[in-house]
Amino acid sequence: MDLINNLYIGFQTSLSLINLWYAFLGAMLGTLIGVLPGLGPIATIAMLLPSMYSLEPTSALIMLAGIYYGAQYGGSTTAILINVPGEASSVVTALDGYQMARRGRAGKALATAALSSFFAGTIGTLVVAAFAPPLTALAFEFGAPEYCALMFLGLVGAVVLASGSLAKALAMVILGLLLGQINTDVITAVPRFSFGIAELMDGINFVVIAMGVFSFGEIIANLGKPAEHREIFVKKVTGLMPTKDDLKEATPATIRGTILGCLLGVLPGAGPMLASFSSYSLEKKCSKTPDEFGKGAIQGVAAPEAANNAGAQTSFIPMLTLGIPTSAVMALMIGAMTLMGIQPGPQVMTSNPGLFWGLITSMWVGNVMLVILNLPLIGIWVKLLTVPYRFLFPAIMAFCAIGVYTLSNNTFDVYCAAAFAVVGYLFHKLGFEPAPLILGFILGPMMEENLRRALLMARGDWSVFVTRPIAATMIAVAVVLMVVITLPAISKKREEVFVEEE
Amino acid sequence: MNIKSQKDFVSGIALIVVGGAFAIGATSYSFGTAVRPGPGYFPFGLGIILAILGLIVLFGSLTQGKKNGDPIGAIPWRPLICVVGAIVFFGFFLPKLGFLISFPLMIILTSAGGNEFTWKDAILNAVILTVLSYLIFIYGLQLTIPVWPAR
Repeated sequence: MDLINNLYIGFQTSLSLINLWYAFLGAMLGTLIGVLPGLGPIATIAMLLPSMYSLEPTSALIMLAGIYYGAQYGGSTTAILINVPGEASSVVTALDGYQMARRGRAGKALATAALSSFFAGTIGTLVVAAFAPPLTALAFEFGAPEYCALMFLGLVGAVVLASGSLAKALAMVILGLLLGQINTDVITAVPRFSFGIAELMDGINFVVIAMGVFSFGEIIANLGKPAEHREIFVKKVTGLMPTKDDLKEATPATIRGTILGCLLGVLPGAGPMLASFSSYSLEKKCSKTPDEFGKGAIQGVAAPEAANNAGAQTSFIPMLTLGIPTSAVMALMIGAMTLMGIQPGPQVMTSNPGLFWGLITSMWVGNVMLVILNLPLIGIWVKLLTVPYRFLFPAIMAFCAIGVYTLSNNTFDVYCAAAFAVVGYLFHKLGFEPAPLILGFILGPMMEENLRRALLMARGDWSVFVTRPIAATMIAVAVVLMVVITLPAISKKREEVFVEEE
Repeated sequence: MNIKSQKDFVSGIALIVVGGAFAIGATSYSFGTAVRPGPGYFPFGLGIILAILGLIVLFGSLTQGKKNGDPIGAIPWRPLICVVGAIVFFGFFLPKLGFLISFPLMIILTSAGGNEFTWKDAILNAVILTVLSYLIFIYGLQLTIPVWPAR
């Protein structure tokens, strides 16, 4: 069978000693930054990329993926123990997880989160493995108009699902696309917006923007606020193993959460986050005792954790099969692939089967590691939860500064990052969500190339986007999404969801 | 005229300016034709869209907003200057003074941006981070970073 054969290829790669080590490193680092205050996966990946040039691409991507799902895991730990969701997708976990902890069931909440995540991760990996080949085959049928339409859909999805004002989120995507225009035009080789500066002719490196906006900008924003003093309610975590009754309550919730997560994770934008929100409300509706929710219901931890982990897994599908990122983290992964000389897209599966299947199976390996390692290590994480920010931010600065310099051993990148630090802080101050910017920036050049190629193909006729069925469908979906979101009833509901998140 | 959201008012104007600047800048590149779009085609369109979005945000800030006027609030100059200054400092002095001098100084400058700054913590942090970074990046990963001052 193909699936088994493919997984076999994958495990050959992901179970090699060196890749096991990087999966471990990534998962641990991810958990660490998920637990530490003020440091997210985007900043971390941006910080590490320059040091990864020397790594083999497969190992590097395995490690980056590890950071991504490890961060989600760490985020749930803080959500449960101190009611501070480390990641947007663990916001819901905090609702019941923290209540469980307050009632002395912290251990059970953590174990439930870990086990349901693991279950969801396993299913998620299988789903990715099963659906990647047919989707890749479909992607080979795609021409420039289809790609362009798909990217359009992706960007619209990311905007619609981002929090805050719709117009401002759209503006961020456009700004990202525009920043991507600072380069040498691929078709005519004319340098654009470079003001005669040689460094700008190659375009701004995405690491510089990500680091400036997400690391430096965040630091300034955090320092501008009164220092956050975290208090841990639970000093010592005991009673990890769930009882038979707990399992009986949590299992169906986990399964439902997993299914929902697998489906919603593929959506562009905030797939995993959306999945955890909707699975929580689904559980509340399914439950015979909806009153228990918000007071420490175990289903309220199991379902969203399963959903966000499954979603995190399946959000790799568009990235791996089509080479199109659906979130800022995926955009960085695409960027990392390009940096290492791998052209992302449907051909990766055939040209680099070891990397493709190795990455997929490594996610499962990483999930196993997270469960085995983190439950016993919970004591360490509890201690790290309260590391004061004043020790952390100089360290973040230090690693970022080295990273941005070694990117091309050029001080110009350092000055650029300083400029984006100011820009990033302005975004924070004016209430712009920066994630869509990165997405737009990475997609920009790809989208322009495909748009121009599509127009060339169609002899300048824009109707090419509506006469080809696949492209037309995607454009239609994007337009419907935009229209639906601006309907007064929905936009009100959308605001409610995001207010809850804050 | 009454500004109902200070944040959106400033955002709107900023978007119009940036979008407009890109659009005007794009006119200096060949526009091409619809059949064969030139290098100016895409950025010009995007600049215009950005400016239009800016207008929408600006309009919104005058008609609907939060009760308190959604103020931008005070700008924390100290962290802003310290952090940005530290990055620029590092970029400028690393090739001249080398890693072992410019790096710890940058850490101390950064630390000065925090509101719980003490010399003891900052110097301790600088020493630990310099040693650690040296071991990881220069000794371990063998990245090309000038260690000593340039002669």
